[in-house]
Amino acid sequence: MTRVGAIRFAVIVGMIGALELACRLGLINHQTIIPPSEMASTLVTLLASGSLNADIARTLGEVMLVIGLSVVLGFAFGLVIHALPRVREALDPFFATYYAVPIFIFYPVLIAIFGLSAIPIVLIGVATAIVAMIIATLNGLDRVPPVLAKVARVHRLSPVTTALTLQLPAAAPYLFTGVKLSVSYGFIAVIAAEFILSPTGLGRDIADAYADFNNRRMYALILFLLIVATVVNGVLHALDMRWAERRSGGRS
Amino acid sequence: MKNSSLPHEVHAQVAGVTRIYPATGHHPPVHALGPIDLELGKGEFFAVVGPSGCGKSTFLEVLAGLQKATAGLVTFEGKAVSGEVADGIGVVFQEDASFPWLTVADNAAFGLRRNGIAEAEVRRRVDDALAFMGLKDFARAYPSQLSGGMRQRVCIARTLVLQPRLILLDEPFGALDAQTRLLMGDEVLNLWRRTGATVLLITHALDEAAMLADRIGAMSARPGRFIDVVKTGWPRERDSTIVAETAFGEITARLWERLRGESLKALGHAAMPAMAAE
Repeated sequence: MTRVGAIRFAVIVGMIGALELACRLGLINHQTIIPPSEMASTLVTLLASGSLNADIARTLGEVMLVIGLSVVLGFAFGLVIHALPRVREALDPFFATYYAVPIFIFYPVLIAIFGLSAIPIVLIGVATAIVAMIIATLNGLDRVPPVLAKVARVHRLSPVTTALTLQLPAAAPYLFTGVKLSVSYGFIAVIAAEFILSPTGLGRDIADAYADFNNRRMYALILFLLIVATVVNGVLHALDMRWAERRSGGRS
Repeated sequence: MKNSSLPHEVHAQVAGVTRIYPATGHHPPVHALGPIDLELGKGEFFAVVGPSGCGKSTFLEVLAGLQKATAGLVTFEGKAVSGEVADGIGVVFQEDASFPWLTVADNAAFGLRRNGIAEAEVRRRVDDALAFMGLKDFARAYPSQLSGGMRQRVCIARTLVLQPRLILLDEPFGALDAQTRLLMGDEVLNLWRRTGATVLLITHALDEAAMLADRIGAMSARPGRFIDVVKTGWPRERDSTIVAETAFGEITARLWERLRGESLKALGHAAMPAMAAE
């Protein structure tokens, strides 16, 4: 572990320790926050009982679907929009202001259309995440060296092969930013949508635990989501660093 | 200057070719090239020199099939070339066109794998090309770990493995220092001799053209036309030591004599009085 990594780890452990201590000493009301050790032990019990399995499968399944659709469709739309400058010119103001609009206001509309199912959740998730991927794709494609287009023509590559074998990897560092944002937006949108209105899922479970004043369950579920999100982002960060190192010659 | 015995078989031909870029927005059309006529003999090394912006790279791209000629005909091995790169043509560009996400070996293998060549054959050709280009020990390195000259060699290796019969080099050493350029010149001469390919080199360096080529086409300021074609008369077995030959200086001087006025035109100046008097 690097020195910076060790400091980072020590800060996190210190903060958890301080929270544990504050809860145990009664500095923080037990009705407000429970000690982290209790969150962890409750989570272990819940996971061991298997009672969370269905909700975990549903929520993570929806998150993965949202991320997959946003990344694939976002890249595809980005490619098409990049190839059509006039369309891009028309859409640019829309992209620039997209995140100024609270997309979640359309969630009730989607429920009215598709019913109380996974479809509105996935749609609201994709709607939240896809534009970040489109913008990242456009940004990445803008930075692909023009000479690669000539190389593609010298090798007589089709437009699809050019996109997949040259444009995609050449734009990868920027696309990866889009992937990371899609992952974050995917988690936020799915959990929030479940929290607001959904029959099942981890977000619903947290909302129910909150309504029932069941702090142990609520914090255990929050801890679970924090761990999942941290692990996923950690893996993405590690991949990003590895590729960046390769491109910059950091291993020489 | 010695008379060279050039091959007689025409490998590629450019007849009456012009290239005019159409008007865009408020910009009028640009007559970039021609009319140009040229025959490249099979196995010949031909260099094109000319002032900046004279259309050298446009000429190469029209010959390669990367751009369509506005008028005229380009043929390679008797078949018309127009807007599509023909099989057997390889191009090396001035810009670094190596793929930073692939190792040196995978860079070199790119075209072969796209063409569905069997992996054993890919490895054989790649090993051969990397050894030839002095990159064998760097097969597993990434381009970012190499110098500019080595990255350009990776691009040449990527072209070489496809066994092109016509190799087009667009100022491939433009970004390299003078000493590395001389050494790269030797490597290109080795490559040319070993493959037997026809080579067309675009360069702004008169000494590089004089050292490498059998014939050198001197191009006018835009629109680019050949105002002189100089035969160097060098033997096929040659290397960078020929820069010490008297003929080398004569060739370079003749090229500069032809190009000085054109270069001034390209810079937006009138010809110097001494030139005007000639």
